[in-house]
Amino acid sequence: MVRSRMQIFITAALAVLALALASGCKKKAANLFPESGAVAGWEKSSETRVFESKDLWQYIDGDAEQYVQAGVVSTCTSDYKYQGQLEAVVDVYTMNSQRGARTILDKGKTKDAASVKVGDDGMQFAQSLTFRKNNYLVRIVTYQSSPDTEQALLALAHGVEKNL
Amino acid sequence: MKSRREFLKTAATGAVLLGTEATFALGRRQDVHTEKHIDNGRSKVVIARDPLLHGPDGKLDDRRVGGLLDRAIAAYTGRKNPEDAWKHIVADGGAQDKVIGLKTNGLGGRGISTHFALVMAIADRLQQAGVKPGSILIWDRNARDLQACGFTISTDPVGVRCYGSDVAGFEDHVEVWATSRARFSKLLTRECAMVINLPILKDHSMSGVTFAMKNMYGMVERPQDLHGGGCNPGVADLNAFPVIRAKVRLTIGDAMSSVYDGGPLFRPERLWFPNSLVVGEDRVALDQVAWGMLDKKRVEAGMSTLEAAGRPPRYIATAADAAHQLGINDVKRINVVEA
Repeated sequence: MVRSRMQIFITAALAVLALALASGCKKKAANLFPESGAVAGWEKSSETRVFESKDLWQYIDGDAEQYVQAGVVSTCTSDYKYQGQLEAVVDVYTMNSQRGARTILDKGKTKDAASVKVGDDGMQFAQSLTFRKNNYLVRIVTYQSSPDTEQALLALAHGVEKNL
Repeated sequence: MKSRREFLKTAATGAVLLGTEATFALGRRQDVHTEKHIDNGRSKVVIARDPLLHGPDGKLDDRRVGGLLDRAIAAYTGRKNPEDAWKHIVADGGAQDKVIGLKTNGLGGRGISTHFALVMAIADRLQQAGVKPGSILIWDRNARDLQACGFTISTDPVGVRCYGSDVAGFEDHVEVWATSRARFSKLLTRECAMVINLPILKDHSMSGVTFAMKNMYGMVERPQDLHGGGCNPGVADLNAFPVIRAKVRLTIGDAMSSVYDGGPLFRPERLWFPNSLVVGEDRVALDQVAWGMLDKKRVEAGMSTLEAAGRPPRYIATAADAAHQLGINDVKRINVVEA
């Protein structure tokens, strides 16, 4: 009986925690993303969209599974433009633990990825940058490439990091 | 342009008629369809390539896409004249004076979606073959996926239409095949008499490969329910549903660009340019060939094969098994024609 009550208590506590994290992301969604001009050259070019864990498949199909297994609570995404030309998308995954964010980041690390000092840990390719900070995992991808892309990506990543 | 309410009203009125017709079509066509793509016991898969399709800067030369399509379709149909070839395709699909759907794939976002230039080239060829613009429907899961391909949403019946299942909705009835359950898009069940499948070749974190058969996931309300076990048997089961067997007649696979790892999302660091179209009717054979293309690229890039990476697309063999009989996965029995 005592064990049963304890199980109910733990389940309820976890549910409240998950709810708090989810609503936290919803409340903070707009604040996670730098406003236009907050990072030199970058403009926020779309509304922020938020996906709860159960709806993440709508955004990233089968890729959602690995995030769900790693404890994703919600995902926020927004489009950006750099100097009116270079287009990018920023995804912020709110995980239920730092370990979840680390799991996803480490899984994507390959020999050709460059390590970058953003957040707690990060990696960069020519057109993408992924980093984690606390419970957050952030992925930024550009659709085009220019000589400025890598520096522009890094600047935007730091802009997002400040809001986490 | 019709409002959403007007569109739904019209769709609902036509639903009974189209539904009746579809029922007849299932019974009439299925046997023919399952054997038609097999020639002397071998499935035909055409790969048309153009090494100049992408420039050194990675930009697609839109002007070359039509020519590549014509070569692929000529090799597939055996008819050199594009107009004749497309008339044959439409007639073969029983779609004269009916709606032909072009099912794209925009899930990966702007960087890795079915190319706009390809879809428009197909829409043009269909019109040259006598299909009215209003009888061409470009569709996918939702507006976001279509916009990722570069399309503007339009329900105007005068022109080529473009909208997703988010507008048309899904059937209330849950269909069952083996252990898989699905509620199909009304665009498939009621609107289209024939569907031309336009997937884009990608690596997939769960299924290994996403191409001809996996693109059907965009036709059901809850594709996430079919992802278990590396999408096996989900992909095979879904393709075995009668409505898909009967209506999805041809696949023009977009392998002009692709991601060979990290898919199904856009991974610019894993982007490559096969500069190819992969065409055929047998989706099992097409996926088997696509698997080979992906593995070849992965090995060239110093990566492990999908099998060694622990995610071989097992659904392909399942689709070919005695229970499903959707096509041929034995490479010795696939006739790959280079065009």
